[in-house]
Amino acid sequence: MWRIRAFEELALRGLHEKLVLGAIHPSIGQEAVAAGVCPNLDRHDVLLSTHRGHGHTLAKGADPLAMMRELFGRAGGNCGGKGGSMHIADFGVGMLGANGVVAANIVIAAGAAHAVKLKRESKVVCCIFGDGAINRGPFLEGLNWAKVFGLPVLFVCEDNGFAATTRTRAMTAGEGPSARARSLGIAAEEVDGNDVLAVDAAARQAIAALRDGGGPRFLHLHTYRLTGHTGADPAAYRPKEEVEARWKDDPISRAAALLEAAGHPTASLAEARNAAYAEMIAAYEAARETPFPPVDQAFADVQDVGDPRAEAF
Amino acid sequence: MPFMTYAEASRAAIAEEMRRDPAVWAVGEDLGRGGVFGQYKGLVEEFGPERVSDAPISEACIMGAAVGAAMMGTRPIVEMRFSDFALCAVDELVNQAAKARYMFGGQTRVPLVVREPIGMWRSSAAQHSQSLEAWYAHIPGLVVVCPSTPADNKGLLKSAIRCDDPVVYMEHKNLWGLEGEVPEDDDFTVPIGEARVVREGGDLTIVSWSAQVHVCVKAAEALATRGIKAEVIDLRSLWPWDKARVLASVEKTGRLLIAQESVSVAGFGAEVAATVAERLHKALKAPVKRLGAPRAPISYAPPLEDAARVSKEMIVNTAEGLVRT
Ligand SMILES: Cc1ncc(C[n+]2csc(CCOP(=O)(O)OP(=O)(O)O)c2C)c(N)n1
Ligand SMILES: [Mg+2]
Repeated sequence: MWRIRAFEELALRGLHEKLVLGAIHPSIGQEAVAAGVCPNLDRHDVLLSTHRGHGHTLAKGADPLAMMRELFGRAGGNCGGKGGSMHIADFGVGMLGANGVVAANIVIAAGAAHAVKLKRESKVVCCIFGDGAINRGPFLEGLNWAKVFGLPVLFVCEDNGFAATTRTRAMTAGEGPSARARSLGIAAEEVDGNDVLAVDAAARQAIAALRDGGGPRFLHLHTYRLTGHTGADPAAYRPKEEVEARWKDDPISRAAALLEAAGHPTASLAEARNAAYAEMIAAYEAARETPFPPVDQAFADVQDVGDPRAEAF
Repeated sequence: MPFMTYAEASRAAIAEEMRRDPAVWAVGEDLGRGGVFGQYKGLVEEFGPERVSDAPISEACIMGAAVGAAMMGTRPIVEMRFSDFALCAVDELVNQAAKARYMFGGQTRVPLVVREPIGMWRSSAAQHSQSLEAWYAHIPGLVVVCPSTPADNKGLLKSAIRCDDPVVYMEHKNLWGLEGEVPEDDDFTVPIGEARVVREGGDLTIVSWSAQVHVCVKAAEALATRGIKAEVIDLRSLWPWDKARVLASVEKTGRLLIAQESVSVAGFGAEVAATVAERLHKALKAPVKRLGAPRAPISYAPPLEDAARVSKEMIVNTAEGLVRT
């Protein structure tokens, strides 16, 4: 969780220093979701994430230097600097992409799991999406699909209470994400998403059930976005007091308190924190020294047939 | 060579490719009963319901699942039933399938074929008749194929299935029953991006694709009786399109007429016209001319539906006008 926090803080610094070029969506305050879910996946298991995906991607095992380079649009980024924050993917660790289109990852995850089934593989697929995503059609289509075909998908609704500047509940009918999943016969569990141990336990159990071939599972994790929607959003649409109160529920402090209560020495916690910051600062410094990709990459990897430069300029 | 219909040819293509490559599978509504036009008949019996899969009426999920399954090493054939319904899955096709390879920096490919039947057919009216090929020709990352004969439907579909790019494969609904000779050979394919010269001639070049090609051929026959030799070129694919073949022909004839069933405005004919105008200004003996549908929805009543068609007579008259100037 410290690694994610440190990465996000440096990404925000990069935005202010104009090293990060496009929009970023920090997950500060939501680290227990990534840290509780992703370590329960094996390297070859598959993850699909959202526009707010830095934490999930790190927790799936992606290299922070490659990620920082991607945010800076540099050569050696996960996507060669062609995707940026909202399109980070690392197929080498089974991370099949963040997505710039809300809910689009849900149907892709269903298909990834469909391929797993067709190929008789033992992988599972994990799809993380926000509370706003449940109001798009692909949520229904993807969940129905996974259930009908009995696919090994763990759907994780990372509910931070907001869809951009809007309180999601104000725009959502009915009982919310879990109820919608259950209405399709998908076992769903609602968990305090700021309690990393609870998330870990729920994810472990759900993933074990997937591996036993029981069809899709659903986790609804309650958390809170402690920063703005994007790095540039001051989040003036919510009262200061609300955010201050929520800082008291910071998942990292909660995890640290648990460890201390269990007798873990404070010094070793500080050490872990410092190591995380040192790692991400090193990634930041190395990324800023990396050149932009060569311009010929602008027209590479478009498609095999046809010349992308035809009739242009 | 055996005779078969356009629909049978596509079925043969899929069966051969599914036998050849276990990664190929098909998914869409009603495929288990052979598909709504019978273009999958018999396939579920041979390959089973996993590889010839039914789907819920979830176009976005059919397309999106195909994207995920393609990124995981399978080669899905996606059935959209009517190109009109594929509009429910445009995000999955345009934002996801067409972009994944590029925006992920070459980490993945999305080798899927999406079959989107197009065209006017038996009073299908405004939501079941559209020809939307130009939409997808405009999208980087996509391949667009519009076969006009049974042989091409087999050879091009096989090439599309083997292609590592997402291919929008647009069969014309009015051609399902069209018969023709089709090579039986398993290795027979038609390369994507090569036009077919349907008929040679030195007086003018007529460029078309899909079902409209057959109208152009009839027009060329009529023109021949009036002493005008038209060269008819079937583009077969719009991206990539066989620019070299069209330019060579127009260089020879000095005249170009493009005929398309789809709406003329911002259609693919405009692309062909502009390319020829840019490259061959000096060789042209007459202005380039386009014929396409008016910018109106397609009607239900047959006389109104017909009013939107580019007819043989229109092609003949326009061609004559170009040659006699
Ligand atoms: C289809 C679509 N509509 C709108 C947007 C703009 N948008 C980006 S993030 C976002 C809010 C998403 O909320 P939620 O799913 O709860 O995720 P969160 O940002 O809270 O992590 C919106 C509306 C988008 N990216 N895609
Ligand atoms: Mg949210």
